[in-house]
Amino acid sequence: MITYLEFEKPVAELETRIKELKASAGEGAVNIDAEVKKLEAKVEAQLKAIYAKLTPWQKTQVARHPARPHLKDITAALMTDFTPLAGDRKFGEDCAIIGGPGRFRGRPVMVMGHEKGSDTASRLKHNFGMAKPEGYRKAVRLMEMADRFGLPVISFVDTSGAFPGIHAEERGQAEAIARSTEACLKLGTPMVAAIVGEGGSGGAVALATANRIIMLEHSVYAVISPEGCASILWRTSDKAADAAAAMKQTAQDLKALNLIDVIVPEPVGGAHRSPQAAIKMLGDAVETQLATMDGMGTDAVRDDRRAKFLAMGR
Amino acid sequence: MSWLERIRPALSFLTKKETPDNLWTKCRGCGQMNFHRELVDNMNVCPRCEFHERIGPKERFQQIFDGGKYERLGIPSVTEDPLKFRDQKKYTDRIKAARGATGEPEAFAVAEGQIGDISAIVGVQNFAYMGGSMGMGVGEAFIAGAEAALDSRVPYVVFTAAGGARMQEGLLSLMQMPRATVLTSLLREAGLPYIVVITDPTTGGVTASYAMLGDVHIAEPGALIGFAGQRVIEQTIREKLPEGFQRAEYLHEHGMVDMVVHRKRLKAQLGSLLGVLTNAPAKAA
Ligand SMILES: [Zn+2]
Repeated sequence: MITYLEFEKPVAELETRIKELKASAGEGAVNIDAEVKKLEAKVEAQLKAIYAKLTPWQKTQVARHPARPHLKDITAALMTDFTPLAGDRKFGEDCAIIGGPGRFRGRPVMVMGHEKGSDTASRLKHNFGMAKPEGYRKAVRLMEMADRFGLPVISFVDTSGAFPGIHAEERGQAEAIARSTEACLKLGTPMVAAIVGEGGSGGAVALATANRIIMLEHSVYAVISPEGCASILWRTSDKAADAAAAMKQTAQDLKALNLIDVIVPEPVGGAHRSPQAAIKMLGDAVETQLATMDGMGTDAVRDDRRAKFLAMGR
Repeated sequence: MSWLERIRPALSFLTKKETPDNLWTKCRGCGQMNFHRELVDNMNVCPRCEFHERIGPKERFQQIFDGGKYERLGIPSVTEDPLKFRDQKKYTDRIKAARGATGEPEAFAVAEGQIGDISAIVGVQNFAYMGGSMGMGVGEAFIAGAEAALDSRVPYVVFTAAGGARMQEGLLSLMQMPRATVLTSLLREAGLPYIVVITDPTTGGVTASYAMLGDVHIAEPGALIGFAGQRVIEQTIREKLPEGFQRAEYLHEHGMVDMVVHRKRLKAQLGSLLGVLTNAPAKAA
């Protein structure tokens, strides 16, 4: 069952007709092939047209699409020997952030990222990708381990933000995020971060303070959600679309502002339509970016990261 | 002298906001009326209930430096309104209003002077300037302060206060978290003390970066300190928040700040800490 976004209505209608046609064709008395082909071409054309001019608010919805490739799909397709590790060794295990050592296309690396979950049970398990202090402290643990074993770090970011809750605050949510960002900066091995869906505020930056920052074509990265921004500055969350545009949170806007390095194109109709194709292109981009840092020493890689962030906005 | 102080006479939009000395103000802590001058003489702490009223850089510098003597450091100028942001108001108009109301060029001011005979760079975030929100200007001022401390090899003391990020600068405002963290890391590597004094309120990205990365965290009594805003938390968990949640004393209890210090004892506390951390000889009693 495909989840259609509001602006995909014309596509939904066409695809329903294709389905009906196929169902009614029955024993093949009528040859529907030609008609189906025509409709499918129309779908393709429609998707191309719609996705070529998505508004920032529509991109936000694509970035949040439930069928968008998630961390588990990405690691399944791009990793071998992936061994997720659990716990921050201080308080608990937070499944909103998953990570561990493994091989990325054969190369030993440390991988980590947010996992939102894909059905009710797994969404609850992963807390919708909203990490608590334990998640960030686990990330610190993974980065320190990567440093010890000389492993590059790849991080896949997809979170609406850090979890806002009493216990998270009680256990030092702010400190945990700050320490994770600090650990990114301290890392003596190359780090590549890819924003694959939502890059939500401090909860994202804690895993995205990398040498190279990649964004999928329809992902977003922002200081606050458009709804949150609208409710503060416009005093109504109804203005989320305006806020999404004003904050310049799309991959294209952020590339123009020189805040990210690479935009990875998504398949026609978004990554959720062809997750495997999207993941492959994402993998290629990560591989290319990692290669740009081959042979860089510990100090060079750290200096590169510091200089990159200090240069932002200057 | 800051650029603003130098060019102030030429700027007509800067109307100095002054409270006449004979005014009474209602305490936000106990609701009682305080004689304004009496309140100022008491470091803006309510003489009845000890409520710590928010104060700006000018007053803070005067309170914290020896003899009230200090020199302001210029803060770097940044691209104003990089996103051409407009909500109900234009961002540039909000900046103008904030400058007019505070007489400050940004929400973060830096000065150098001595605290208990120890030379230090002090940064003060200004809640009165757009809620102390962190954008490029605040980030660059924080960085300039840290660089000054690194250059002179002296401690960096930062008073934080922020309602959140400068949303009008989009992701650029979020990027101040890692940018400031580059500098806290450099201070650490250089072996220079970095002391954070967390004042009311300190929330959002400021808390989740340089406010929580100090060698020592001092909080002012009653200060609201947290990552997520209280309304957001209430909406998420649909429960009332416990009494004293996210207050300085609560953070102390939960191990996130080292001490809660009354404004009247703050200078002495900073002086003794800085003395020990910089290996300065003990002062004659
Ligand atoms: Zn009072």
